[in-house]
Amino acid sequence: MTARVRALETILTQKGLVDPAAIDAIVDTYENKVGPRNGAHVVAKAWSEPAFADWLRKDATAAIASLGYTGRQGEHMQVVFNTAETHNLVVCTLCSCYPWSVLGLPPVWYKSPPYRSRAVIDPRGVLAEFGLTLPQDRQIRVWDSTAELRYLVVPERPDGTEGWPEERLMRLVTRDSMIGTGLALAAEAT
Amino acid sequence: MNGPQDLGGQMGFGPIAPELDEPYFHADWEKRALGLTLAAGAMGHWTIDESRHARESLHPADYYSSSYYEIWTRALEDLLARHGFVTPEELQQGRVLGAGSTPKRVLKAGDVADALSRGGPCDRPIEAPPRFKVGDRVRTRNFHPSGHTRLPRYARGKIGTIEADRGGFVFPDSNAHGSGEAPQRVYTVVFSGTELWGEGSDPALTVSIDAWESHLEPGE
Repeated sequence: MTARVRALETILTQKGLVDPAAIDAIVDTYENKVGPRNGAHVVAKAWSEPAFADWLRKDATAAIASLGYTGRQGEHMQVVFNTAETHNLVVCTLCSCYPWSVLGLPPVWYKSPPYRSRAVIDPRGVLAEFGLTLPQDRQIRVWDSTAELRYLVVPERPDGTEGWPEERLMRLVTRDSMIGTGLALAAEAT
Repeated sequence: MNGPQDLGGQMGFGPIAPELDEPYFHADWEKRALGLTLAAGAMGHWTIDESRHARESLHPADYYSSSYYEIWTRALEDLLARHGFVTPEELQQGRVLGAGSTPKRVLKAGDVADALSRGGPCDRPIEAPPRFKVGDRVRTRNFHPSGHTRLPRYARGKIGTIEADRGGFVFPDSNAHGSGEAPQRVYTVVFSGTELWGEGSDPALTVSIDAWESHLEPGE
């Protein structure tokens, strides 16, 4: 693929259709500037401030934009909250829809057939492969991103984190916990 | 279309095998493929729906044997050829052989940050009153269009419940084929695992999709 993509870039550049410096800037954005730290900020603030959590429930796009996270593949955000009764899991069975503005680019497994095929029919089996076994009576809600809404999971807040500042809470929020294939880390993890 | 992309409930693809501390890119060409796809899209000659349809129109054998950035690259080549920017011969030979279509615009490096943070909102105002309300039982259509649709096969002809009315959005089934945005209301529809998967399904499972209004009929 190296030669094929290089040839394509050469042709498009020579024809004046793309600017290689623009490609550099796109890559720099998604390699260095946008990533799951954005989402962790959203989650930590939701844990800390009930009013912010309510705003996320009512208008997640605006609430998230208030932290400066906007744009491509995050234009229409929905935030779903894990509870003691329900665990949420996000998938895109049809392609690779993922909330870039808060999680960055998706990992390979999220875009690949094993996860996309199984998340909707066998979510417990999927979670087990991530090392996560939920109680049998825990409801599992799978969100298939079939339209332009992009979903972010707020995991349950770990015990023993009362009074922690946002910065410290953020360190417990993994990418997978915001997709639903993991939980937030335990307090001892920091 | 009932293409290779429609994966929900398929079997035989094996374990998920998440990679520990996965990097954003596994090779330099993936970076260029991402950038080329976004920069070429920014010329404004095709929509995200047409792009998705180009990807799912790859031969299933190619789709399943390709990584996601390969799928993007193959589809990008198809889109560029379809819209007259490159010829198959140019792609074959890897060099420019002649002039092609003139782009509406070219994304410059200085405009990238603004373009990415603006994104491409797909919500649209809708005049018509909603046909369904929260709590309504609906049945999804059982159809098999040869063109683009975002109603997955596993959720066709199924009874679900309207959980939320998300307002008007561009209709991909139309927009992917250059037939206009034709916005429709989108609803989040939730199904029980039993309704979708029948015998042996997880009794504690529910699955939701986001469905366009014309894909739904009143349920009984």
